[in-house]
Amino acid sequence: MLTLSRRADYLTLLDAACLRGGAEPALIYVATDAEPITLSAEQFRAEVERFAGQLHSGGIRPRDLIVIALPQGVTGVCLFWAALWLGALPSMFPPLTEKLDPARYQASMRELVQLSGVRAIIAADATAPLLAEGVACPVWRLADLAAQPALSVATAQPAPDEVAFLQHSSGTTGLQKGVALSHAAVLNQLASLSTTLKLTREDVIVSWLPLYHDMGLIAGFLLPLIQGVPLVLMSPFDWVSHPALLLRAIHTYRGTLCWLPNFAYNHLAQRVRQRDSAGLDLRSVRAFINCSEPVRAESHSQFIERFAENGIRPEMLAVSYAMAENVFAVTQTPPGEIVRTEQINRAALQGDGIARPTHDPSAAITMVSCGPCIANSAVKVVGEDGQPLPERRVGEVLIRSDCMLTGYYRRPDLTVFDAQRWVHTGDRGYLAEGEVFIVGRSKDLIINAGKNLYPQDLEVLVNAVMGVHPGRAVVFGVYDVREGTELIAVVAEVESDDAALHQRLKQQIRQQVARGAEVTVSYVTLVERGWLIKTSSGKIARSANRDKWLAARQQVGEGAS
Amino acid sequence: MTAEQVRAQLRDYILSELIRDPEYALADDEGIISNGLMDSFALAQVGVFIEDAFGVYIPDPELTVERMDTLNLMVARVLRDQ
Repeated sequence: MLTLSRRADYLTLLDAACLRGGAEPALIYVATDAEPITLSAEQFRAEVERFAGQLHSGGIRPRDLIVIALPQGVTGVCLFWAALWLGALPSMFPPLTEKLDPARYQASMRELVQLSGVRAIIAADATAPLLAEGVACPVWRLADLAAQPALSVATAQPAPDEVAFLQHSSGTTGLQKGVALSHAAVLNQLASLSTTLKLTREDVIVSWLPLYHDMGLIAGFLLPLIQGVPLVLMSPFDWVSHPALLLRAIHTYRGTLCWLPNFAYNHLAQRVRQRDSAGLDLRSVRAFINCSEPVRAESHSQFIERFAENGIRPEMLAVSYAMAENVFAVTQTPPGEIVRTEQINRAALQGDGIARPTHDPSAAITMVSCGPCIANSAVKVVGEDGQPLPERRVGEVLIRSDCMLTGYYRRPDLTVFDAQRWVHTGDRGYLAEGEVFIVGRSKDLIINAGKNLYPQDLEVLVNAVMGVHPGRAVVFGVYDVREGTELIAVVAEVESDDAALHQRLKQQIRQQVARGAEVTVSYVTLVERGWLIKTSSGKIARSANRDKWLAARQQVGEGAS
Repeated sequence: MTAEQVRAQLRDYILSELIRDPEYALADDEGIISNGLMDSFALAQVGVFIEDAFGVYIPDPELTVERMDTLNLMVARVLRDQ
């Protein structure tokens, strides 16, 4: 297996276990309404080779960029590897769903094709005509591919430092950045992470994560296939409607590792019915790894309480801090150990940027450790002057490693590294006894009358107001010349345009934030559903919404509050 | 429980817990998920609620947008097993 001590055995991703063949299962795709599909490594390799032949016949050559915008499934997975086989650069992209605006989807794809020089898009039958109308490259349906002869093509032999694939970060139209990752960087990351996780051939990874997201792409896809560890995969849409599917898969296939964003712990704890979980044995799990969202201690505790009868214990819950620019993990708590949490004085954290432990629960915020850095990754926390801060001082998190991105694809205008090869993450955090604690994002931070406020904390409060569509509120700071500080603005999507109701909601939002965070909200704007701009992965884009709100205010002049 | 009682309880739940707007005038044949009033998370929530409130367990393969999109569909499904 690829570990730190065996790193030299691997030159490129084409040394992956899944391409070596063999009778053992490489990929098992499970669904609520269909029988599982199991592909042995041998079958997987055959599928990849067939697709590689078809892509080659379609004109795909080394270094061509191929966008795969298919619903999650075996086909997209195999196509990704087929592109690698040819030395082309695959990039997974979210498929069009009924929730997305088709015109916006088309526009965003058009821009991607233009900026990145996409060679071809592979899309679902229903989406392909729409895309074909709007983009300046071929759009292939699976039938179009199947019509191409699957001639046998030898695998490419890219240099280890060549870009292997792109991972498109979240970003609204025009802002999407393709994180370009080299073979060497990905292998370095997987060697280090696998060593930390003590990965063995006995492991089984179970994942519902979308493959266009770094956590799904690396941990829930490339890690198992490169390592020859079975991957049990399912669709995110299927999972979100049927959360027990994940637990059944763990039970059936004796899953050992499962990466989840924080909300998933709440969803599973609250929405899996007793009779769906009764009798499921989850003791095979070595670690559920909480990653890609701020980790909340209460999410862990409700998950442990709900599934204790299925064998879940606190030491099974691990945490990782990751970012696409580092391929994936920067930190990882040791599997099998209870994650460290600490009670930190909220006022000192917010007001002074100091993580001071406290014994007073009423003044405390629970911080969950993301663990120490994995081998060959380093973190430093710097102040506004760029100088490293002492422990327990909140500053911007910078990372440096042997698995950094090559750059943003065809975006030389974007600076990635500073002079010492550190990358600014835009995240704020602190270090304590060698472990990393993440507090929030720098660029969204609101400084209101000298008090540091994390908008996500205020959004939690706004979201709790009955009538605000859950998850559809945004909070940001607006610099006010007269006051000389940032004022707090709330924009919330609401379901009704009834004036009396709006009045009541505005009052409740102000009250709720004042009570919850001791700050005054200056602007509350209630908007209709769909007003807020979301990124392709469904997150609210704070700064884009701030810009939109400012532009709207400028148009109507005063009186937007 | 009569159909009307089931309908009233389901409607209350959907308006208060899922759409979070008790004033919303939800029509019996209105597509709740397909029209974007709730997202697919809600299917899991509805499954939990129906079991708690009516003692009817709807297996996952039936918790789909096609089968559970309207109040009429949900009521019929609850009554079938009640």
